[in-house]
Amino acid sequence: MEDDAPVIYGLEFQARALTAQTAETDAIRFLVGTQSLKFDNQIHIIDFDDENNIINKNVLLHQAGEIWHIGASPADKAVLTTCYNKTSDSRVVSCAAVWRMPCDWETGSHESPDDSAHNPQTLELLCHLDDSTHGNAACVLWEPMGDGKRVISLADNHALLWDLQESSTQATVSSTATLEGKGQLKFTSGKWSPHHNCGQLATANDTAIRGWDLRTMSQIYCIENAHGQLVRDLDFNPNRQYYLASCGDDCKVKFWDVRNVQEPVKTLEEHSHWVWSVRYNHSHDQLVLTASSDSRLILSNMVSISSEPFGHLVDDEELSEGEDSHQEDKSKEPLKDSVVSTYEEHEDSVYAAEWSSADPWLFASLSYDGRLVINRVPRALKYRILL
Amino acid sequence: MEGEVDGLVPEDPGRRRRVHGMLKLYYGLNNEGKDPEQSESLDPCDINGPHFDPEVYLNKLRRERSLAELMDEETCMVKQIRSLDSDMQTLVYENYNKFISATDTIRKMKNDFKKMEDEMDCLSANMAAITDFSARISGTLQDQHAQITKLSGVHTLLRKLQFLFELPARLNKCLELQAYAQAVSSHRRARCVLQQYSHLPSFKGIQDDCHAIMDKLAQELRQKFRDGGSSAKDLSECVELLLQLDEPAEELCDKFLSHARSRLESDLQSLEAEIRPYSSTSSVKDASARRQSTAAAGSPSDTSPKMSSLPSPNTDILEFIDRGCNEFVSSLCLVITSYQELFINHAQTGELASKNIPQMANGKLHAFVDDLAVRYFSIVERRIQEEKGVGDNSLLVRALDRFHRRLQAVAKLLPGSAVPNQGTEIVIRAATERVKQYLSALQSFYMDSLTDVRQALATPRLSVGASVTGGGTHLGGPVSSRDAPTSLPELLSSLSASILNQIKSVLASVHLFTAKDITFSNKPYFKGEFCSQGVRESLVVSFIRFVCHSSRQFCESGGDKGGSTPPALLLLLSRLCLDYETSTISYILTLTDEQFLVQHHSPVTPVTTLCAEAREAAQKLLNHYVKVQGLIISQMLRKSVETRDWVNTIEPRNVRAVMKRVVEDTTSIDVQVGLLYEEGVRKAHSSDSSKRTFSVYSSSRQQARYAASYTPSAPMDTNLLSNIHKLFSERIDIFSSVEFNKVSVMTGIIKISLKTFLECVRLRTFGRYGLQQIQVDCHYLQMYLWRFVSDENLVHFLLDEIVGSSAHRCLDPAPMEQSVIEVICERG
Repeated sequence: MEDDAPVIYGLEFQARALTAQTAETDAIRFLVGTQSLKFDNQIHIIDFDDENNIINKNVLLHQAGEIWHIGASPADKAVLTTCYNKTSDSRVVSCAAVWRMPCDWETGSHESPDDSAHNPQTLELLCHLDDSTHGNAACVLWEPMGDGKRVISLADNHALLWDLQESSTQATVSSTATLEGKGQLKFTSGKWSPHHNCGQLATANDTAIRGWDLRTMSQIYCIENAHGQLVRDLDFNPNRQYYLASCGDDCKVKFWDVRNVQEPVKTLEEHSHWVWSVRYNHSHDQLVLTASSDSRLILSNMVSISSEPFGHLVDDEELSEGEDSHQEDKSKEPLKDSVVSTYEEHEDSVYAAEWSSADPWLFASLSYDGRLVINRVPRALKYRILL
Repeated sequence: MEGEVDGLVPEDPGRRRRVHGMLKLYYGLNNEGKDPEQSESLDPCDINGPHFDPEVYLNKLRRERSLAELMDEETCMVKQIRSLDSDMQTLVYENYNKFISATDTIRKMKNDFKKMEDEMDCLSANMAAITDFSARISGTLQDQHAQITKLSGVHTLLRKLQFLFELPARLNKCLELQAYAQAVSSHRRARCVLQQYSHLPSFKGIQDDCHAIMDKLAQELRQKFRDGGSSAKDLSECVELLLQLDEPAEELCDKFLSHARSRLESDLQSLEAEIRPYSSTSSVKDASARRQSTAAAGSPSDTSPKMSSLPSPNTDILEFIDRGCNEFVSSLCLVITSYQELFINHAQTGELASKNIPQMANGKLHAFVDDLAVRYFSIVERRIQEEKGVGDNSLLVRALDRFHRRLQAVAKLLPGSAVPNQGTEIVIRAATERVKQYLSALQSFYMDSLTDVRQALATPRLSVGASVTGGGTHLGGPVSSRDAPTSLPELLSSLSASILNQIKSVLASVHLFTAKDITFSNKPYFKGEFCSQGVRESLVVSFIRFVCHSSRQFCESGGDKGGSTPPALLLLLSRLCLDYETSTISYILTLTDEQFLVQHHSPVTPVTTLCAEAREAAQKLLNHYVKVQGLIISQMLRKSVETRDWVNTIEPRNVRAVMKRVVEDTTSIDVQVGLLYEEGVRKAHSSDSSKRTFSVYSSSRQQARYAASYTPSAPMDTNLLSNIHKLFSERIDIFSSVEFNKVSVMTGIIKISLKTFLECVRLRTFGRYGLQQIQVDCHYLQMYLWRFVSDENLVHFLLDEIVGSSAHRCLDPAPMEQSVIEVICERG
């Protein structure tokens, strides 16, 4: 079957922002935000029909400005946040806002799927996450697995924890943390840890990674010089609470145990240019996706530092023999860490990659030229992990 | 009778035989059956055969022969008969006389025997008379004889008794005269008797006296033995006597050995005392001077007096070993010889051999020697371990040689002993240790030379900017201090030469271990394993590995910011490793193999593996160099893009200074790399690239892209053209491996820089003048960078991307006129 063939979707505009629709667990759905200075920016809702290998798209207008970051609410399918640039009076300002999709966006697409681009509906603004005193927003993070009431926005050197009230139409800053030091410090990226009762946050600024305790809004650890150059992105291992992956301009992907920040647990050097995004698979944390400006997307199988270092591997013949194979599994050597595959469908820098929230074996990647590629984990690997 | 017949007929043997045979037949003596004729002639017609039948014969003749023939036969037969008759007559005559004389003789004999018989009778009668007389005489003498025997017996007994009675006095006298041997032999003779008759009070008294005296004597002997000052001969006599006095041999051995031990231990202690105050690094010169003087003064083989040894603090190893050999080993040898003389060889001849004394004594001796040798070895080893300075290996080798040589004496004296082997092991260990020290010395030498190189690179030099080719001259600005350290190649060659020299000198030093005049060099270890495993593997190969490894570490630990290691050093090391790969490694290994005539019994690291390692290291270093240099330039570009407000910038009048700086740095890097690496291959330049002002940049393609993005009516096509363009251009790996040539290195650095520029541009928003400034900057870069890279299209492509991206990110994209750009860039 040509099941493993990638599915490619082209956007008309350049794009950097990609997210899976986190609250949607049935349909495979991704949200892409475009970047255009001249035209109205759009949010493309990409539906992937797994059965037929077909993509359905819906377009919503995001007139506020070009989108740099997009985040979907974990609780409400229709709610999302964006960070966008607003240009006014030859000034460029970065803002963040919470939006609601119009409730009938789906029906609209059914009526006239071909015209959806021409007659797009507009996002409904719920509230701004702006605090002019705190500078330009870099990204907005939803509380993982939360009820969609709490978000953190990173703006320059501040981390702001917002409470969304009255169906997200009001946002108030409940606490802030400020990074202080010499020079102009600026958060580039961050991640809200799903562990410790969602009480921790990790941020990246320049070459350092910092951990924050959200209860006290104080720094709990700091990995100085985590990468030789800028740290571009980080992600928490969904199953191992102290494990953290980071990537950056030194072309490396590093895996950290935040209890011991002197040395990375593991370092990958597969990319030939900056790595912009790193993502753990939500269910099988040995699968790690990295996107780089060398136009490549790499899927790695980091078994040795995953939560299942011995795998669930059972050979075919053993499977037929029944249950007694379990004990043999234990004695098996850990599987080797390896690059599963390198995806070269992109022609331009890949700035974002995301796993689907509905299908753990499916992921999307977005390159600057507006090309979205949907790929699957190779079947052989999938079965090896599952069986 | 027949014999006589034979003898008397001197006729020819054939005829005689026949005659004889016929006669025999005649007399019926047919027992011999020797004659073949006889056995064959069963024919009754054979006239000579035994079964001759005249009738048959006649009938046959008559039947077969004619008359004439019969007549002839008859005459013939008559003739034969006649001759036979005459033969017979002759024989009878011949023998007749003999018969007669024989008969006479027999008769005479008969008469003689009768006479003799009479005489014999007479003789026997006389004999009987003599016997009778003799019996009578002995009967009369019997009594006297018995008396004499008794008397002589008494006499002997008396003499013995006298001896016994005189014994104490005699023994005392002997004791006085110190004639111990005589005393012992006297006592031995009397001992059994005294023992036997000890129930008699008088004898008992004598015995007691004797015992007392002998005890005293034994005491004296022991004393003498204990004093030990006496000569070996005395000593041996002493021991022999003591043995004869039933002194237990074991005890004697023990005493002898313990006595020897005390002396030897004092030797050992004085040796040990020499180690303790040894302060390791203090003046070797002084020590060697001392050694010279001592060697001159006292002959080293002089063993007898313990050198008046105030432990001198700084004896060198040779002197130390000398002392060890002269004092300890030679005394040990002496002890062994005298011991063997006393207890083993001597005992074997005497009756003591039966008591298994030699075996026992041998065992004790071995244990004794082993015990002391262990202590000696431990001291020697401690001393050798202190020998850390790698300055003069010959001293150590000579010391070890002497050490080993002297142990051979022990080996000769004690064939089964493990001592020489242990000694050899010590030598081996010392050699191995030495090799290790040399390795670490080489390593530290290497690191030191690297530090020197680093310093040489760091010290600012008079710049050679004036001679810098190409880009450097027109820039006007001061040629940077990083520019072309005058002598990168010189540094490289001096570094590599000094390393090579060091390796050679180390090899020469180590080679001493295998010199022909060194006793242990013919041990199998030094012939085989030491050469292959010791020198080749753990010295030479390890060092090369170390060089590669430490080079690689520069790439890893050097910090990703590239701060700690100067890039020039990376470049230099990379070239060094590459040189190693191409020639030096095989040279060094060949040199080693030749010097040490290595026969590889065990697998050794092949040259190719090392070369591969070196190449890998070179590659890594060069890649790292590219990365570091690329990052330095990237950093400049990134800062320049990030810190500027591109929306509200003014109309460009100049190329930004940072771009000039980039070109400057690139030029100086180019010069730097050019010093060490060859030019490399470029793709053919387009005809106009040699001109400084070329206009590829404003190609129609570029214009078309701008146009497309400016036309609001075609938002979908925005990226189409560039996408199509990208479809046909090759994917560019930014941080990829480079080849070992200048162009490839420069291409790598420029790729990294420009890609950074691109990514930074994409993160910003531009105003109209911002875009124009980028245009100007890119054109400027275009003008100067193409010459460095292998494929100028690469630079074109990346710069296109930069301008294209900034156009996309521009709020008011109004590109600048190409001519204006050119003018600005011309102006510099």
